[in-house]
Amino acid sequence: MFDYHALAPELILGVTLLVVLGIDLIVSERHKYLAGVAALVGMVTAAFPLLTLAFCDAIAECTDTGSRSLFGGSYVFDDFALVLKGLFLVSGIITLLLSVGYLESDDYYQGEFYFLVLASVTGAVVMASARDLITIFVGLELVSAPAFLLAGWRKGDLRGNEASLKFFLTGVLATAVMLFGMSLVFGLTGEITYAGIASQTALLDLGSEPAFVMGVVFVLVGFAFKVSAVPFHFWAPDTYQGAPTPVAAYLSVGSKAAGFVGLLVICYQAFAAVPEIWGPILWVLAAASMTIGNLGALKQTNIVRLLGYSSIAHGGFILVPFAMAASYDSVGLADAFFGSITYLLIYAFMNLGAFAMVIAGAAKAKSHEIADWAGMNRYAPMTAGLLALFFFALAGIPPLAGWFAKFVMFRAVLGVFESGWAIALAAIAAVNAVIALFYYARVVKSVYMDEVPITVPPAEAAEVPTAPSLVLAIAITAVVVIVVGFFPQVLAFFGEAARVFSS
Amino acid sequence: MDWFENGWGLSLIVFLPLAGALLVLLLPRKQERAAKFTALIFALASFAGSVYAAVTFELGSSAQFQFGTDLSWISAIGSRFHIGIDGISLPLLVLSTLITLLCIVYSWNHWPEPHNPKAFLVLMLVLATGMNGTFVALDLVLFFIFFELVLLPMYFMIGIWGDRTKIRIPGFKREVETRLYASIKFFLFTLFGSAFMLLGFLALYFKSDPHTFDMIALAEAGRAGAFAGAFGGWVFAALFLGFAVKVPMWPLHTWLPDAHTAAPTVGSVLLAAILLKLGAYGFIRISLPILPEQARDWAPAIAILAVIAIIYGSLACLAQTDMKRLIAFSSVGHMGFVMLGIATLTDIGINAAVIGMVAHGLITGLLFFLAGSMQHRYHTREISRLGGNMKLMPVIGGLLGFAAMASLGLPGLAGFWGEFMALLASFNPLDGLSLTVFRTAMVVGAIGTVLTAGYFLWMLQKVNLGEPPAEWTGKELHDADRFELAAWAPLVIAIFAIGVYPKIIFGATDGAVVNLIRSAFGG
Repeated sequence: MFDYHALAPELILGVTLLVVLGIDLIVSERHKYLAGVAALVGMVTAAFPLLTLAFCDAIAECTDTGSRSLFGGSYVFDDFALVLKGLFLVSGIITLLLSVGYLESDDYYQGEFYFLVLASVTGAVVMASARDLITIFVGLELVSAPAFLLAGWRKGDLRGNEASLKFFLTGVLATAVMLFGMSLVFGLTGEITYAGIASQTALLDLGSEPAFVMGVVFVLVGFAFKVSAVPFHFWAPDTYQGAPTPVAAYLSVGSKAAGFVGLLVICYQAFAAVPEIWGPILWVLAAASMTIGNLGALKQTNIVRLLGYSSIAHGGFILVPFAMAASYDSVGLADAFFGSITYLLIYAFMNLGAFAMVIAGAAKAKSHEIADWAGMNRYAPMTAGLLALFFFALAGIPPLAGWFAKFVMFRAVLGVFESGWAIALAAIAAVNAVIALFYYARVVKSVYMDEVPITVPPAEAAEVPTAPSLVLAIAITAVVVIVVGFFPQVLAFFGEAARVFSS
Repeated sequence: MDWFENGWGLSLIVFLPLAGALLVLLLPRKQERAAKFTALIFALASFAGSVYAAVTFELGSSAQFQFGTDLSWISAIGSRFHIGIDGISLPLLVLSTLITLLCIVYSWNHWPEPHNPKAFLVLMLVLATGMNGTFVALDLVLFFIFFELVLLPMYFMIGIWGDRTKIRIPGFKREVETRLYASIKFFLFTLFGSAFMLLGFLALYFKSDPHTFDMIALAEAGRAGAFAGAFGGWVFAALFLGFAVKVPMWPLHTWLPDAHTAAPTVGSVLLAAILLKLGAYGFIRISLPILPEQARDWAPAIAILAVIAIIYGSLACLAQTDMKRLIAFSSVGHMGFVMLGIATLTDIGINAAVIGMVAHGLITGLLFFLAGSMQHRYHTREISRLGGNMKLMPVIGGLLGFAAMASLGLPGLAGFWGEFMALLASFNPLDGLSLTVFRTAMVVGAIGTVLTAGYFLWMLQKVNLGEPPAEWTGKELHDADRFELAAWAPLVIAIFAIGVYPKIIFGATDGAVVNLIRSAFGG
């Protein structure tokens, strides 16, 4: 019998997509928000099968069909996939919570927006399970294509147009490069599934075959664009700035995480036999992303751009555990997975929270310029306090969750401390952690220690309400950031589950 | 009380202030009285707990960790909630809870601008949890968390309530307010050090077999030579960076004068009295027992840096025109004596370091309180503008004289023991350490004590004695009020008591120190 239980999350999302489209067609302009509600309900519902799948052994009615691998190994449900599907759904849910109030305040078309977000999340959920070249490609495009549209949502805004066009052109270029790489890999190995590619690579000893090396490099470059790793990052700050802020939040968390997952899985499954090709490339990408991202963020005056550069730097930190791939044994590899996935989970909550505060703060200060946010704690102490919370969490200051992310990252790379390259990368990461503090603290300084600028009338700004859905999003992320800071085991549990992924 | 001894006691001492902070946070901002009483009660409870711990502490086995517990915390990385105190951490823990309590008492009606008691109290209480926790943590990750927990509150304390004087920083086009410059400098320096310290911790974890973050297990492994060779050297260097910034040791001290000067009174007191101790405590608790071989290699270098700090601190003091800055630089010198004591790797030296830390906490704490109160009245800290303080404010003036005398190491007061014994220990350091270096260090250090006496007497003469300048005559200047006296009296009593009867401290520390030296260095 076909394993409908395993596919349930995707099926639910697919049905919800249709329902959202339908609602958008039927309901009147005033009730468009129902499309958002439907999308939200769909994503929450899709999360339930994840739980029943994860705890299948413990449920009496659950018929365990053995290995949950569908379509000849192309589509796999292990704990790794489940954890990441959960992450994508949560980031999708929070993105929608951020969007509801934001869209209402600006009178945009709503139905399509929710449809596109939902489609993109569905793509990410597919990617978590994909274990062959075609599925991963389809998944990735399903993530990206709606994102191109979302980035250009503000049709009348020049920056919005620039954001969308830049994102689209670089995205398509990346796709083309990646497809070329994939076709080379397929041509040389004759295999589509990751397992098949890995075994053929070892069998035919393709590690030194120039065309194969080129194929691997092209695939990496394609993914590097998607995760905006330096030197393929330049689109990110512009796109984040021009896109509606909730979309920027989604791009920097959901779609970025999808890119990382695709990258890590393809490296560790399809190219598992040739880590000497991609290991050094990831080392360079990690070091460059951390450094350039941080240095770039130092001089930003726009808070969204600042978060854009900061997300580039965080991307570097996430890559750090994998840079030493060639020297890991199986324990080290599991630690590396644990490190990257845990970082990704914590980063998702911190960054979504930070963007939520940007939306809340910008509504009060009527500006995205950091200078205009000065003295916000005078008229909006809650907003200022939570902003400081998320920004210091991103900086990795204990006892906020970010410290644990940095910690597991260092832990993974120092697991091979005999290697000079590992120590060098750890040192680069340590210096970057300090640089990062400087720009996060600069925002907090402005908010807490500077005088309110004359352009902002404090009494009026204090009156600006925060949308209930936004408050909910902030509450969820803030609680996670604080609780995980004190009891990291809460999220580390998921990271540990994800490290079961092997071969 | 069984529950107190099996971990609950220490946990309460550490986390009661944090609970108090949460409670204060929930109070409306208008309810200042409620906020103050809540903070006071929680700080008092934490202090009472530490006093009870001190009273019931078994002095006979002070080398053992008492009142401890070891619970599962982050199983994914093998880190545990392992706490406990021995004779070395006990005095520092009591000092930390006491100073926090006194700071709240002092603040009762001395709120720095911008007036916001609620936020200020929250920060103070969070800070207290970080400080207390550092002294009880026996797991490296737990230690790291508490060690870093102090950064945020202190950053906000300096940055929001700090000095608003504008200064020109070389390399910057515009003038910046002191508080802004000092707060970020403090934050960046400390974070820089601790980032590398964390790398060192992780390296220890991976080198130990089985992997562990437990300080006691790591110390055993260290004694067995698990971290020998170049590896240990790198790890020691990484830890050194973290601790030396915090102490601070010359030449990593440059954040200190700025931070101390810019911080509000209570901030300066907490910085000087407790935060500086965290670094030196880290050396004693982590670097020496876990990496004894490297400690031996590095000892002469640390001794040299320590005496440079002593001399540099005193000379810098002589050049200061600002009272708070003078006291700040004197801290550099005093912490130099503490580090010199540690560098000798002898039981006398480390006993000297611990008593030196406690004494410095009490004395410099008092000095910063006094400097703050004087600034509150004169609205200036310029030594040249002050004078005749004894006539204008006899109580504050008298206490200033007392604290300065204690700080310059007058026998019979607490400051004497740390300096004297550090010098004594460097006459006869651990076998195998270069006698030339340490005896030279002793001579130079002794010269340093003379210089210290010099600048403190010079300051007293300028500020306290003589006729008040015309600017102050006829002005209505209130002498110390009852909150100030309530905050200072315990410090004065403790300075006397330890000066006359140092066994209060040595009784606790000696057993633990002797055991540390014997097991790590066989001395």
